[in-house]
Amino acid sequence: MIRILALFLLLLSPAFALAEGGADSAYGKLGAGGYSDIETGIVELAASGDPRAAIVLSALADGRLYARSADKAVLIKEGTNFVDARTGKPAEGPTDGLKPLRVNNKVRRALDAAQGQLNLVSPDPAKRQEAADAVFKARDIAALPALDAAIAKEKDAGIRRTMSEARAAAILSKSGSSEADKLAAIPAIQARGDGDAMAVLRGLANDPSEAARNAAAKSIASIETRLATIGGVQNIWYGVSLGSVLLLAAIGLAITFGVMGVINMAHGEMVMIGAYTTYLVQEAFRAHAPGLFDWSILVAIPAAFLVSGAVGVAIERGIIRFLYGRPLETLLATFGVSLILQQTVRTIFGPTNREVGVPGFMTGAFDFFGLSITWGRLWIVVFCLGLFFFLLFVLRKTSFGLKTRAVTQNRRMAAAMGIRTPYVDAMTFGLGSGIAGIAGVALSQIDNVSPNLGQSYIIDSFLVVVFGGVGNLWGTLVAALTLGVANKLAEPYFGAVLAKIGLLIFIILFIQKRPRGLFALKGRAVES
Amino acid sequence: MSPPRASLVDTKGWIMLAAIAAACIAVPVFNLAVPEGSALHLPTYLVSLFGKYLAFALLAVALDLVWGYCGILSLGHGAFFGLGGYAMGMYLMRQIGPRGVYGNPILPDFMVFLNYKELPWYWLGFDWFPFAALMVLAVPGLLGFLFGWLAFRSRVTGVYLSIITQALTYALMLAFFRNDMGLGGNNGLTDFKDILGFPVQAQGVRVALFLATALALALGYLVARLMTVTAYGKILIAVRDAESRTRFLGYRPEHFKTLAFTVSAMMAGVAGALYVPQVGIINPGEFAPTNSIEAVIWVAVGGRGTLVGAALGAVLVNYAKTVLTGALPDAWLFGLGALFVLVTLFMPKGIVGTLVEHFGSRRAAAKLPPAPEIAPKLAEEGRG
Repeated sequence: MIRILALFLLLLSPAFALAEGGADSAYGKLGAGGYSDIETGIVELAASGDPRAAIVLSALADGRLYARSADKAVLIKEGTNFVDARTGKPAEGPTDGLKPLRVNNKVRRALDAAQGQLNLVSPDPAKRQEAADAVFKARDIAALPALDAAIAKEKDAGIRRTMSEARAAAILSKSGSSEADKLAAIPAIQARGDGDAMAVLRGLANDPSEAARNAAAKSIASIETRLATIGGVQNIWYGVSLGSVLLLAAIGLAITFGVMGVINMAHGEMVMIGAYTTYLVQEAFRAHAPGLFDWSILVAIPAAFLVSGAVGVAIERGIIRFLYGRPLETLLATFGVSLILQQTVRTIFGPTNREVGVPGFMTGAFDFFGLSITWGRLWIVVFCLGLFFFLLFVLRKTSFGLKTRAVTQNRRMAAAMGIRTPYVDAMTFGLGSGIAGIAGVALSQIDNVSPNLGQSYIIDSFLVVVFGGVGNLWGTLVAALTLGVANKLAEPYFGAVLAKIGLLIFIILFIQKRPRGLFALKGRAVES
Repeated sequence: MSPPRASLVDTKGWIMLAAIAAACIAVPVFNLAVPEGSALHLPTYLVSLFGKYLAFALLAVALDLVWGYCGILSLGHGAFFGLGGYAMGMYLMRQIGPRGVYGNPILPDFMVFLNYKELPWYWLGFDWFPFAALMVLAVPGLLGFLFGWLAFRSRVTGVYLSIITQALTYALMLAFFRNDMGLGGNNGLTDFKDILGFPVQAQGVRVALFLATALALALGYLVARLMTVTAYGKILIAVRDAESRTRFLGYRPEHFKTLAFTVSAMMAGVAGALYVPQVGIINPGEFAPTNSIEAVIWVAVGGRGTLVGAALGAVLVNYAKTVLTGALPDAWLFGLGALFVLVTLFMPKGIVGTLVEHFGSRRAAAKLPPAPEIAPKLAEEGRG
C-alpha cells in the first residue's frame, strides 16, 4: 500500500525526481556520510516508500544511526546492540569503526520535513493531524506534493480540512503561485479563522496580484470580527464561570446572613471544611475502592453537607443563639470561631495544600463554535445553578422553608403559632453552613485546599450578598453573575488586580446609592 | 442623668495618664541610665516593642472613638493606620539618600530595581519632614472624610458599613501589593537609616520614639475625651443610641459622625506613622482586613466606650500575642479566637467596663456612657 502511494508521490512530484533511485540509493547515500549525501539520502528515503523509513529517520533524529566506513552499511544502535537499518535484523560484521551520522542545520531541516511527510500518511490519525498542523505552521512549500497525496488518501474529514488548510497556506506563501491558485486558497484559510490564518493572510499584503491582496484584506477583516466576537463571548463565559464560583461561595451566606441576619465570619471556614471533607472522602476511596474514584464526589457532597452542617449547628447552639439582636458582637464572635477552625484544621492537616483529585468527567475541554470550554468549569456552573434552585425550592416550597421564613419575619408570632423557633434557628443555620460545605466540594476542584481557603472568599461573599440585597436569593444570583462578568470583561483592559479594585470601589459607591442592595426587601421584614 | 459637664479627665483617665507618665520615666532610666550588664537594664529591643504596643493603643483609642461613642464598627481602621505608616515610610525612604544598595541619591532601591527613571510625583516633598508629618494626618484624614461623608450622608449604617469598611482596606491592600503603585509592592518600604538626621537604630532614638509614641497616645486620649465629654460628644452618643430621634430633634447626624470618623482616621494615621520607624518596615500586609478586625478585639477586650480600656486592651492582647507566639506558636490563633468568643459572650463590657461597674461609685457610673445597645438602633433603621 505504502509502496503504491510512494510511487504515486514520485509520479506527481518533480521535486522528488531524485528519489528515483529508491531505497537502495537512499541507504547508499546515508552510508556515504557527507552532509549533502545524508540530506539527499533522507529525501530519497522518505520518498522511497521503504517500510522502515520512519524507524531509520527517527534513529537519525535521535543520533542512533551509524555508518560503517568499510562497506558503507547503515546500522541502528539499539541499546548496546546494532541492527541493520535496511532489514531490521541484527547486524553482521564488525561493529568497530562505526561512526554516528552527524546532523547539521540543513540536514535537520530536511530530516524534519521528511519525518513530517512520513507522518502525513501514518496509520495513526493523531500523528497525521499533528503532521498536518506542523506543515501548516511551517508553510512548507516542499511538502506540497506529499500533502496533495495525503489529502487524496485521507478519510478523516477533520484531518483532511487541516491538510487542505496547510496546502492553502503553502500555496499562499510560495512566491510563484498563480493568482487563481491564491484566490482559491484564501477562502480555505479564512475558514480556519484563527490567529495563524491571519498571519498567513498578512503575508499577502505585498502580493503583486491586486485581486489576491483585496481578497486577503477582506478575509483578514472577517477573521478579526470573528475573533473579536469569540473573544467577547469567551470573556463572558469566563465571567459566568467566575460568577458561579462567587455564587457558590456566597450562597450559604445568603441563608445565614441574608435570611437569618447573622454575620457569620466563619462562613469561609464552612467552605474550607467542605473541601477537606472532600479530601478525606477521596482518600478513603483511594485506599479502599480506587476503581470507583470518579464516583467519590457523589459521596463527598452529602458528607460535606453533613459535616459542615453539624459544625454550623454546633456554632449556632453554642455561641450565636446568645447573640441574636447584636449583629456586631456576632461578627466578632464568629471571627473568633473562624480563627479557631482554621487553626484546628492547620493542626490536624498541616499548613500545606492538600491534593484533591479531579474526577475524569471533569477534565479536558471541548470546542464549542470556536469557544474553548473546560468540562470542569461547565460542571461547576451547572452544579452551582442546581444548588441555587435546590435552595430556592427548600425555602419556598417545603414546610421547613415556610417555618424559616416565618421565624425570620416575625419571631414572636411564629412562636405563638407553635413553631419551635430555636430548633428552626439551628436548622436554618445548619442548612446555610451545609450548603457552604457543598460549595467547598466544588471549590476544592478549582482552588488550593489549604486552611486559608475560606479566607479568600469571605470578603467577596459578603459583598455579593450585600450587593444583591440581603434576604433575597435571586439578588445573590444576579449580583454574583454581574460581578463575575464585569470582572472578566474589565480584566483585559485593566489587568486582574485593578479590575478587582475597581469592582470593590464600585460596590462601596453602590452601597451609598442603594444601601440595601440591588433588590431590597420591602415591608416589615426590613425593620425587624 | 449625667452632671452638666463631665471633667476632661476622669479617674480611670488619670490612672492611664499616670501609667504613661511612669513609663516615660522608667523606660529611659532603665534603658539608658542602668548599665547594660545590670539585671535591671531594659534591652533596647523591648523599648521598641513597648513603643509598638503604645502605637497600637493609639489605634485602639481611635477605633473606640468611632465604635464606642458613635456606633460605627469600622473593620477598616487598618487602612488609615497603614496610610499613615506609608507616609512616614516614604519620608524615611527619602532619608536613605545614596546609602541604598544601588547608591542612587534620588531613587529608593526598589525603584532602581524596577527601572524607574524618576521619582513619581506623589513622592515629591516627602524628603521634608514637616510635609511628611502633614501627610500622615492629611491622607488618612482625607480618605476618612470622603468615606464618612459618602457613607453617613447615605445613611449606610451597622453591618453594611462594617462590610464596606472592610472592602475599603481590602481594596487598598490589593492596590499596595502592585509594583506599579510605586510604593515598593510586596516588600513595602524598609531599610530605613535616619529620622530627622539621627540614626533610626540608635538606642537614644529608640527611646525618643517611645517617648513620642507615649506622648501621642496621651494627646490622642485627650482629644478623644474632648470630643466625647463636650456638648458635641453628648450628641455623638445620642446619634449612637437613637440616630433617627437625634435627626428629628434637628441635628445632622452625618456631620457629627463624619467629624468623629475623620478625627479617628487621623489618629490612626499618627499611630501608623509612629509604628513604622519602631518596627522598621511597612508593607501592604498592614492593610489586611484581619489586622483591622484584630484591632476591634483589642477594644472589645479592654472595654468599648471607655477609651482607657481600648488602650489597655491593645497593650494586653499584644503582650499576650508576643508571649504566646514565642512560647507556643500554634496556640496563638486558638487563644485569639477564644478571646473573641469569650469576651463577646461573657464580658461584653470589657475589662475596664466590668471593673468600673464593679468598683465605681455611683458618680463614676453616671459619667459612663450607657452600655452599648445596638438592637434598638437597628429597629429604627427601617424608619430612619
